Amino acid sequence: MNYNWDWNVFFKSTGIGSEIYLDWFVSGLGWTIAVALVAWIVALGVGSVLGVMRTLPNKLLSGVATAYVELFRNVPLLVQLFIWYFMVPDYLPESAQVWFKQELNPATSAYISVVVCLALFTAARVCEQVRTGIQALPKGQSAAALAVGFTLPQMYRHVLLPQAFRIIIPPLTSEFLNIFKNSSVASLIGLMELLAQTKQTAEFTANMFEAFTLATLIYFVLNMSLMTFMSWVEKKVRIPGMMGGAK
Amino acid sequence: MDFSQIIPSMPGLVDGMLMTLKLLALSVVGGVALGTVLALLRLSSNPLLSGFAKAYVNYFRSIPLLLVITWFYLAVPMLLNWITGTFVSVGAFTSCLVAFMMFEAAYYCEIVRAGIQSIAKGQENAAYALGMSYGQAMRLIILPQAFRKMMPLLLQQSIILFQDTSLVYAVGLMDFLNAARSKGDIVGLPHEFLIFAGAVYFVISFGASLSVKRLQKRFAV
Repeated sequence: MNYNWDWNVFFKSTGIGSEIYLDWFVSGLGWTIAVALVAWIVALGVGSVLGVMRTLPNKLLSGVATAYVELFRNVPLLVQLFIWYFMVPDYLPESAQVWFKQELNPATSAYISVVVCLALFTAARVCEQVRTGIQALPKGQSAAALAVGFTLPQMYRHVLLPQAFRIIIPPLTSEFLNIFKNSSVASLIGLMELLAQTKQTAEFTANMFEAFTLATLIYFVLNMSLMTFMSWVEKKVRIPGMMGGAK
Repeated sequence: MDFSQIIPSMPGLVDGMLMTLKLLALSVVGGVALGTVLALLRLSSNPLLSGFAKAYVNYFRSIPLLLVITWFYLAVPMLLNWITGTFVSVGAFTSCLVAFMMFEAAYYCEIVRAGIQSIAKGQENAAYALGMSYGQAMRLIILPQAFRKMMPLLLQQSIILFQDTSLVYAVGLMDFLNAARSKGDIVGLPHEFLIFAGAVYFVISFGASLSVKRLQKRFAV
């Protein structure tokens, strides 16, 4: 079999307007980042609330959070995505259904489904990290906060959470990277993110090794830059004299 | 919601589940074996070997599994074609299996490496002092202890892998999720079959992680 290596393929015209194949990768990367970042912000918010709930003395609230975590961690991401994309819209009120299925651009409705799915999926993982962070703090911290007259919300806001979040930056970083990798499932419901654009380029040009090599490289660089950014954040917020700050 | 149609569709669903379990079992065996080799390379004093293992792990850990599955689906037949010179049909199952083994090996490698490093240095020294070779020390002394320690982590990773096998949907392999989806479409009850598939995945994963937790308690020294 003959395979025509051609690394210039990315600069060739796609035949659609004046686009070159590289433009597809750029737009794909844009979607990947748009999915991952928005989903991450929501996941961080929901996950933190759930994480706090799991450490509360109230049995009901911690039970709800535990059930949430078990449910979202034990169902495959793809099943969750199909539920959000194919099933949930059918149970919306009539007017919202028409809006979601007919008035919205298909890319937008896929985007909304993926963001909701990834956000709630990742929130379960963030919750576990936040809980671990809070429980890793010495008991004396919460006892002291209550002793000086803090209310429960004040204790979390001023004493527990600021310390817990600093401890869990490394595991949160890996969840942050995971959400970028997991966003590739969006390609299965037709959102043209990085993986979908790569597949399309491979099919259009028959230069699949080049296309997938470039995609791998983009994911790799994205990963490395996010990791560097997070370790910068970790250093930036470190409290001198605490937690590994022996410098 | 009408779940009554699931019973008549059982044969197809069971076939799908068998496919999922077959893929899982072979991927775990292959992944752990390759991961152990990588971990030994990673801990080797030869910078070339440990550098290779490190690059392998970093590479596979920074790309999405779905990308690996898609790529291998396209690339494995072509690569075999180059090597053997004739056209061989590989099929989705083999290319998915190779993808899972190679991808998961990177994750298993990190677990095994941590396991080996957690064994006291004296064990290895004592093995050498008794005149054992490197291979004997690893096979008879270090690895049996390390595997016992890291069993819960290996099982947890395998539960994640069980859920991730559903990604073979991307290349059309008839695993459990795909079987449920296609049956649901045929019967005209896609929602019910999707919920059923989710429930089955949940029960298996949840049950398995509970057992792993129990195992962890029993193994704890």
